Amino acid sequence: MTAKRRGAQLAMLAFAVVVVMCAYAGVGLGIDGQIPAGMLTYGLGLGALMLAAYLVLAKWAPWADPLLLPLVTLVNGIGLVMIYRIEQAGQPGASATTQLMWTALGVVMFSATLIVLKDHRALQRLTYTAGFAGLALLLLPLLPFVGKEINGARIWVGIGPFSIQPSEFAKITLVVFFAGYLVAKRDVLALAGRRLLFIDLPRARDLGPVLITWAVSLGVLVMQKDLGSSLLLFGAFIAMLYIATQRTSWVLIGALLFVGGAVLAGQIFSHVELRFNIWLHADDPALFEGSSFQLMQGLFAIGSGGILGTGLGQGHPNPIPLSFSDFIFTATGEELGLTGLMALLMVYALIVERGLRTSLAARDPFSKLLAGGLSFILAWQVFIIVGGVTRLIPLTGLVTPFMSAGGSALLANWMLIALLVRMSDAARKPPPQAIQDEGLTQVMQR
Amino acid sequence: MSELTLLLIRLAFLALLWFFVIAAVGVIRTDLFGPRTAPAPARKPAKAPKPVSKPKRGEPRQMVVTGGPLQGTVIDLTETPITIGRATDATLVLSDDYASSRHARLFPQDGQWIVEDLGSTNGTYLDRSKVTRPTPVPLGVPIRIGKTVIELRK
Repeated sequence: MTAKRRGAQLAMLAFAVVVVMCAYAGVGLGIDGQIPAGMLTYGLGLGALMLAAYLVLAKWAPWADPLLLPLVTLVNGIGLVMIYRIEQAGQPGASATTQLMWTALGVVMFSATLIVLKDHRALQRLTYTAGFAGLALLLLPLLPFVGKEINGARIWVGIGPFSIQPSEFAKITLVVFFAGYLVAKRDVLALAGRRLLFIDLPRARDLGPVLITWAVSLGVLVMQKDLGSSLLLFGAFIAMLYIATQRTSWVLIGALLFVGGAVLAGQIFSHVELRFNIWLHADDPALFEGSSFQLMQGLFAIGSGGILGTGLGQGHPNPIPLSFSDFIFTATGEELGLTGLMALLMVYALIVERGLRTSLAARDPFSKLLAGGLSFILAWQVFIIVGGVTRLIPLTGLVTPFMSAGGSALLANWMLIALLVRMSDAARKPPPQAIQDEGLTQVMQR
Repeated sequence: MSELTLLLIRLAFLALLWFFVIAAVGVIRTDLFGPRTAPAPARKPAKAPKPVSKPKRGEPRQMVVTGGPLQGTVIDLTETPITIGRATDATLVLSDDYASSRHARLFPQDGQWIVEDLGSTNGTYLDRSKVTRPTPVPLGVPIRIGKTVIELRK
């Protein structure tokens, strides 16, 4: 039966912090043969933060899944170590201190979400509000004055010295919207419609929301040049439709719409076409000089890492542009090798598994969809970026969840985990006792 | 730092990383929680029901769902009544638009199990007839609630 398993949680959390501290020590030993001076600061800082998160969790969500927090701690910590390592290598822009600060804010966000949101079903009442908030957040960077364009994508909002990427938060509110919408409409979507050649075709008017999401995600792609987010958004909606209705036809329709949209965008927009070219002809010398340089450097890094890696602190992350954010996975691959990358992917897989498990155990359809959707976007995000840097699919700019340098993504993902924790707490809590001999119903003998 | 030391550190760290993954899987394995058919009383029923219930011959021991989305669910009959409906605190929680939130109740009385409709909208049927008052349930006779069919078995 379900138990609270707080001991296991605390032990795993301590284990995660120890692994991260060992990684710091490894980086120092690899670079100059000494335990780095910052190790205690970073390690204890991370440890204290996670202890705080654990205490909040134990108080406000005692039945929560015991593994979510330790697993997230590990990937967040390894990300911190890699950023520290890349900072040591002297790449401009990499700063472990900033990342630790954002991690702290992430934990604050996590705790705040858990404390404020006592019952996640309150979100169901905010379905349409969440939808509008999501669209507003997506469109915010397009406004003059607040919007900023960085590295060719207009997805930033500047507040003073900080830049925030509102689309990271939009993905959560939109998943809340999808979940609320689909709970209300899933029967219509699943049952109404005609059958044509083994595929259940939905009615035209039920297709409306799918087409609108499709149009919006394409719109985002066009106006903000943010390929990653549009792919994420569209994939999330199709996956949630599938979870809600169990109809393969939706997946087919979604895939067709997506391929259609991608081909269309590839022909109309030069920057999308360039992405396809980079993907297909990455080793073309003409492209390598300019655009596919980053991708190829990443592939070289993973290649030189081999099975066991070069060892922490002994790789060469510098030639890869942005190796601390979009390409952190390749830098990690060089130093930890295939063995290390597989371990990290396993940790991501376990986080997603815990999320899907929560979805299975949840009692109401809204929680099922929300937990399923949130786990899916996490998995989908890892797939898009890891697939991108390893040249399995065209590269689109997305962060590696919890690892890449980037404040907004870290905050949003901690919030996402808080929602999963909240739902797993509700799902694992023992149900209220069934009505027993309380005399609520009298047996009439006649 | 010699090459050898660095190699050892490298291998040790990878081993540690995998050990973490394996430990996490270990926690999952001991933590596996099944579907929600058997609710909270975790420790007591292990010993309590056996001496108490001691079912005589011909007395039902299990309630089996034979039709509908929850088909295959088995609930062991003890001395406690069973509530059926869409409410989350029911013993058998149905997700069926044709069921009411507190639809019906099964309870033991004088060695028999009695079914009682709790004022449901679409009614409870014992075999073909609508249950209008508490009625004893014979073994193997289907009780229909919305899309769900339930039988008592030995």
